[in-house]
Amino acid sequence: MSGLFPLLAALLAGLSLVGLFRARTLLRRILALNVLASALFLLLVTLARTEAGLDPVPHAMVLTGIVVAVSTTAAALALILRATEPPGDGKEP
Amino acid sequence: MSAFVIGFDLLLGAGLLWLAWQALFHPQPFAAVVHFMAFGLMMALAWVRLEALDIALAEAAIGAGVTGALLLAALGRLPDGPTPRRLLRAWQRPPVALALGSVLLLSLWLVWVAWQLPRPGLAAEVTAALPESGVRHPVTAVLLNLRALDTLLEVAVMLGAVWLVWSLGPELRPYAPVTALPGLPALTRLLHPLFLMVPAYLLWRGSHAPGGAFPAGAVLGAGGILLLLADGVPWMQRPEHQPLLRLLLAAGLVLFLGLALGGLLLTGTFFAIPLAIAGLAILAVEVAIALSIALMLMACYLFGEPGR
Repeated sequence: MSGLFPLLAALLAGLSLVGLFRARTLLRRILALNVLASALFLLLVTLARTEAGLDPVPHAMVLTGIVVAVSTTAAALALILRATEPPGDGKEP
Repeated sequence: MSAFVIGFDLLLGAGLLWLAWQALFHPQPFAAVVHFMAFGLMMALAWVRLEALDIALAEAAIGAGVTGALLLAALGRLPDGPTPRRLLRAWQRPPVALALGSVLLLSLWLVWVAWQLPRPGLAAEVTAALPESGVRHPVTAVLLNLRALDTLLEVAVMLGAVWLVWSLGPELRPYAPVTALPGLPALTRLLHPLFLMVPAYLLWRGSHAPGGAFPAGAVLGAGGILLLLADGVPWMQRPEHQPLLRLLLAAGLVLFLGLALGGLLLTGTFFAIPLAIAGLAILAVEVAIALSIALMLMACYLFGEPGR
């Protein structure tokens, strides 16, 4: 039964890669990247369950990874918002 | 393993796959974002199942809460229909090819390095070093003492993201649903003590049990975004409060860097925290980092520099 979560991570990663390359809008691409990040985190945490007990290093990596993922999402969304802003709408700095 | 646990795992996996499918391929963008938020909540359940409670707490607040709020706020401002495709100009091709090639090479190198990692992990080493770290919870010990440099760089990355978002122009006014939903400010006022109490509890717990700066900052940031929606923090947008806001944003990074340099002065090693003050120093840095993470999440939600 220990193979279930790695398999789930692989399926999620494959699904999100298909979504990433087939996306027609940039927002959908950001969603795909977030799902891909979740799949990788799942793989890391699954690998942390070893014979010698829980390995806290991958847990710490995933915690930092979640915060980095949300800042990447915010930066990408801000770039998309500025890129698709209708011209002459906002005040140019 | 009992049949109940196996059934739960199978149900969880099927649910995650279905929600991811809906988030990626649902024709309506709004429905896709909502499915993604539900996916974040289901992921939190998966983390609990994998005994990663710190990650479950952070994921529930960030993956489902803050990311969802960011996506929904952006969704309301984006034009409908597919993004127009632009062909690359001739001078843009070499840099793009260079970037793709280096990413590919780096990934191959990463796979090679990952293959050579020590097995089975570092659980025994961390347990051996735990008495010298000043805290009793191994994840907090790794985050703030044993591998503190990673955490420092991560806070710097987040500050860099805020810098990028703010450098793009003035703040986009958050939708103020206050006029449409008069119940929202009252609800926010009711919920706010909870949004302060839960992070304080998580911070206090962090030294000996799952909790700590990251889940606390995430919950505090989610509450802060709710306050922004209810127009409850007008000081963030006032020009005269901008220096204070910037100071608070950088506080976590500055205090952490100060701790690292203090360790360098006292013991001669970067980030070597003397055991006598380790517990107290880690708690102080955790409070500063949680505050900074919460404010940085709120700052990203503004999608631009306030008070300009």
